[in-house]
Amino acid sequence: MTDKNNKAVPMVKAEGVHKSFGAAHILKGIDLEVAPKEVFCLIGPSGSGKSTFLRCINHLEKINAGRLSVDGELVGYREHNGKLYELRDREVAARRRDIGMVFQRFNLFPHMTAVENVMEAPVQVKGESKASARERALKLLDRVGLKDKAGNYPSQLSGGQQQRVAIARALAMEPKLMLFDEPTSALDPELVGDVLDVMKDLAADGMTMVVVTHEMGFAREVGDSLVFMDDGVVVESGHPRDVLTKPQHERTKSFLSKVL
Amino acid sequence: MSVDVDKAARPPQDAPPPLPEPIKAVPVRHYGRWVAALLVIAVLALLVRAFATGNVNWDAIPDYLFNSDILRGLRNTLLITVLSMVIGVVLGVILAVMRQSKNPVTSTVAWFYIWFFRGTPVYVQLFLWFNLGLVFQYIDIMPIYKDEWSDFMTPFLCALLGLGLNEAAYMAEICRAGLTAVDEGQTEAAHALGMSHGKTLRRIVVPQAMRVIVPPTGNEVINMLKTSSLVIAVQYYDLLQSAQNVGRDSGVVVEMLILAAVWYLVATSVLSVGQYYLERHYARGSSRQLPLTPLQKAKAKLSGGFNRSAAGGA
Repeated sequence: MTDKNNKAVPMVKAEGVHKSFGAAHILKGIDLEVAPKEVFCLIGPSGSGKSTFLRCINHLEKINAGRLSVDGELVGYREHNGKLYELRDREVAARRRDIGMVFQRFNLFPHMTAVENVMEAPVQVKGESKASARERALKLLDRVGLKDKAGNYPSQLSGGQQQRVAIARALAMEPKLMLFDEPTSALDPELVGDVLDVMKDLAADGMTMVVVTHEMGFAREVGDSLVFMDDGVVVESGHPRDVLTKPQHERTKSFLSKVL
Repeated sequence: MSVDVDKAARPPQDAPPPLPEPIKAVPVRHYGRWVAALLVIAVLALLVRAFATGNVNWDAIPDYLFNSDILRGLRNTLLITVLSMVIGVVLGVILAVMRQSKNPVTSTVAWFYIWFFRGTPVYVQLFLWFNLGLVFQYIDIMPIYKDEWSDFMTPFLCALLGLGLNEAAYMAEICRAGLTAVDEGQTEAAHALGMSHGKTLRRIVVPQAMRVIVPPTGNEVINMLKTSSLVIAVQYYDLLQSAQNVGRDSGVVVEMLILAAVWYLVATSVLSVGQYYLERHYARGSSRQLPLTPLQKAKAKLSGGFNRSAAGGA
C-alpha cells in the first residue's frame, strides 16, 4: 500500500475530528496517524474521548467534523468530484469487515457456543462454508489457548476466556486493523495476563492495532506509539517509553503519577 | 464437555466424612397449621357434596365427552386459536419493528393501531367486523375475487380477523419489550463484524429476544384459547357454541357447560406443557446448566445415575 510519494498509506488517519453528543463536545479536533503494523496505544482519564474516537474508526459513531480515513478510504463517506456522499448501511457494513473490534464487556453472543461465535461472521457475512469456517474457528481458538472450550457457551467461560474468544471472533474475519476498547478493564487482575499475552502475540505477527488501555506495562512493552488524550484533545504523543517516563506536559505528568 | 455439578458436590465414596451426632430436640408444634388444613378440607368436602347431590346429571358428561358435535366445536376452537395467534404473532412482529422504525409515518401508524386495538374490547371488535357490511357492500379485488361483503365475511373470517388483529396489538408490545431487552452491545458487536441490519436482527437480536418473548406469548396462547369463546358473538361454531347447542337439544344445559370447561382445561394444560419445553429451548446459553426435563429426570432415575449433561446437547 503506497501512495504517489512511495510512502506507506497510514492505516488510520484523523484530521481535525470532532464529535459531540447533543451539547456534550467529546472530541475537539483529533489529529493522528497510525502506520501499518503499528501498535498504537491511547491512554487518558475516563471521559477524555478515547473510546469514542475508537468507535468512530469503524463508524459505530458518526463524526461531526473533520476527516477520518482507514487504509486510505474515508470512514462513512465516499468522495466524488470533491463532494461527500454518505455511505449506505450495506457499504458501511462492507468496510467494517476489514476492521476487528474487541469490546470492554466482550459482547459475545450468549446463545451461541464459543466456536459458533467465531464462525458466525465468516459464514453469515463472507458466505464461507460451515465446515471450513469451523475448522478455521477451531484453529483460532487454539491460538488463543481455548481449543478445549469450543463447545462451551459464554456463560460457562470466565471473563478472560470470554475476551479471548472475542479476539478470536474478530480475527476470524481476517481484519487488517484491530481495535481494542479497554479489553482488560472488566477482568479480574489475575485474568488480565492471558488476554495481554494473546494481544502481544498478535502484535508480534504484525497486526495493526489501536488499543485503548489502562495497562501502562503493555503500552511500554508492546506499543510503537502512544497518545495521551484529555478532554477531547491529544495532549501528548510519541514513543511509549518517552511519554511514560519523560512526560512533557503537566497534565500528562499528573495523570501518570496517579496510574503508575 | 460435561460439567456435572451433582457429582462434584457429592463426597467421594471411599472416604465418608465422619458425621457429628445430630441434634435431638422437641420440634415446635404448629397447631395452627393443623386447624387451617382441617378447615380447608372441610370446606372442600362441603363443596364436593353440594355438587354431587345437586341437581346435576353427572352421567351425561362422560356420555357427551366425545360427542361428534362437541368434537367439531373443540376442533374449531383449536383452529381459530392457532390461526389467530399466527396472525397475531406475524402482524405483531411487523408492528413492533414499525414502532421502532426511524420513519415517523410507520411508527405513528403502528402506535395508532396498538392504541385502537388495545383500547377497545375484543367483544366489540368482533361485532364491528360482523357488521362491517354496512360500510363495504362489495368486496372487489379486481381480477381475483368479487363478492358481496356478507357472503365474503363468514363467521370464520370474522372470528379470525377479530381475534387475530386484536392479538397483534398485544403481541406487538410483547415483541417490542423483547427487542429492547437485548443489550445494545450485541448489535454493536454484530455490526462491528460487518453484519447488516437484517442479519443482526435475525441472527443475533431476535434469538435472544425470544427468551423474553416466549413466556408471555405462551400466556397469550392460553388466553386466546379462552377468549375464543367470545366468537359466539359472530356465530362461529366453537366449543362453547357446540356445548350450548347440545345442551339445549338434550336438556342438559349446565352439564354441557361443565363439559366445555373440562375440554378447555385439558387444552390449556397441554399448552402449558408445550410452553415449558419452548422456554427451555430458548434458555440455551442463558443459564450455565439447563434443568432436566421431567422425561430426562425419569430416565436418569431409571438408569441410576446423573452422568448426562444437558447443557451442551439441547
